[in-house]
Amino acid sequence: MNIVKAILPGKGVLLDIKADVREGTVELDGNIQPVSDIAWNPPVCGTVYGAALNFQGRWKEMEDAFHQAPYKQPPKAPVLYIKPLNTLTGANSGIPLPTGEEKLEMGASLAVVIGKTATRVKAEDAFDYIEGYTIANDVSIPHASVYRPAIKQKARDGFCPIGPWIVSKDDVANPDQLDIRVYVNGELKQENNTRNFIRSVSKLMEDVTDFMTLRPGDVLLAGVPEGAPLAGKGDRVRIEISGIGALENTIVPEERGEAE
Amino acid sequence: MRKARVACFGAIHEAVEKDGQLQLLDGRIVSQNEVVWLPPVEPRTVFALGLNYSDHANELDFKAPEEPLVFLKGPNTFVGHNAQTRRPKDVTYMHYECELAVIIDKKARNVKSEDAYEYVKGYTIANDYALRDYLENYYRPNLRVKNRDACTPIGPWFVDAAAIQDPMNLALRTYVNGELKQEGSTKDMVFDIPFLIEYLSSFMTLDENDIILTGTPKGTVDVVPGDEVVAEIEGLGRLVNTIVGDEAFGS
Repeated sequence: MNIVKAILPGKGVLLDIKADVREGTVELDGNIQPVSDIAWNPPVCGTVYGAALNFQGRWKEMEDAFHQAPYKQPPKAPVLYIKPLNTLTGANSGIPLPTGEEKLEMGASLAVVIGKTATRVKAEDAFDYIEGYTIANDVSIPHASVYRPAIKQKARDGFCPIGPWIVSKDDVANPDQLDIRVYVNGELKQENNTRNFIRSVSKLMEDVTDFMTLRPGDVLLAGVPEGAPLAGKGDRVRIEISGIGALENTIVPEERGEAE
Repeated sequence: MRKARVACFGAIHEAVEKDGQLQLLDGRIVSQNEVVWLPPVEPRTVFALGLNYSDHANELDFKAPEEPLVFLKGPNTFVGHNAQTRRPKDVTYMHYECELAVIIDKKARNVKSEDAYEYVKGYTIANDYALRDYLENYYRPNLRVKNRDACTPIGPWFVDAAAIQDPMNLALRTYVNGELKQEGSTKDMVFDIPFLIEYLSSFMTLDENDIILTGTPKGTVDVVPGDEVVAEIEGLGRLVNTIVGDEAFGS
């Protein structure tokens, strides 16, 4: 059993709870319950920044394109984007499939949760500023170009499931050495390891906080591996990261919300 | 009514403008230059528009886009009136961008342009600095250009929507050390406020204190440490900012 931090349904604050990260169970009021029985809230409430193109395989896929228009040269700084508040949703929630779309890209990522205000942090000190880790699904409408900010493809309601909980950094020996697996309806669709990051977690912290302050509760998505699987209506998506747990969500049709 | 968020007497206060001074909610009157000005609302999701005035797009050798060029900003980048913005030593071209900032009032999803103003709570001024040396062609304009700490002054006032008769016909001016450098009108926006609210709310939910920075007209020039940059919009006030060098940061 680990002590993890999470926000239970109906609660607005992070609580310490006992979880078996490997088995996917939690102990609540003395009862052992499967993670899948609980409508978790996102365990974070800050700003979620993502780092694109941070897996070696993804970089290799793009390498020829990097030298052509519109990119012209490979990226120098981390390629960052923001997943705004409307995208955040918890484990076991539905991911809305926008009307007219068939499939969505499931962007499995290690999510680094900031514990202390971090400005101009050196890589060797980076872990002092990290609270722990969780799992994110950086959902996108499939798109090939990374030239313009992909707001329409990445910033839709419910497009950033995150959770179920935060595992303390003290319980993760090395965040740059974790298996990532993505299952769609129980079938393994993607497998990678965070050892294939281009910038390690600590290097990413250094390069990002060089110009942007990260605050407690902010999140850095450290990278989505190449070959993000597609999923459509009704599909159950499970992202596992070793030592952190599993994040499951189901794709549901978007409700055509009316103006309020 | 014009409202502000300020720090004074050891705390953060809401204040209203009264006879050229500030009146705190508890009744105390304080002079405008005795307070630290904070962003007039605490920003939630902030959208910014690139190339939303065709004269500015031409100035940068771009065609005005066919669909809004939208990017997002994080809370780290906002500072209030009278703040400092850093220009690192290695930068050769840093320019201000005087922009009308539209503050959203309530949850907005699938709003039609004809109803859009019902979702606007008020307006303020933003100065959306860009450090062009850091431009890269990935999610351009990238965060290193546009989302640096303290690089987006906003304020001084929150101005009630009701106080602005036609937000699509306001003069914008920027002065550097007192000299007029940028001049335009919100009537020259490529995508106007109602269009932008319809567009954004067509694919995501907007909420209270989301802010849309609507882009800047022609006339952006390089600014250097020591420069005082004043962004002014008709009816909204004057947003003052000073450029500082690395020395101020001990490096």
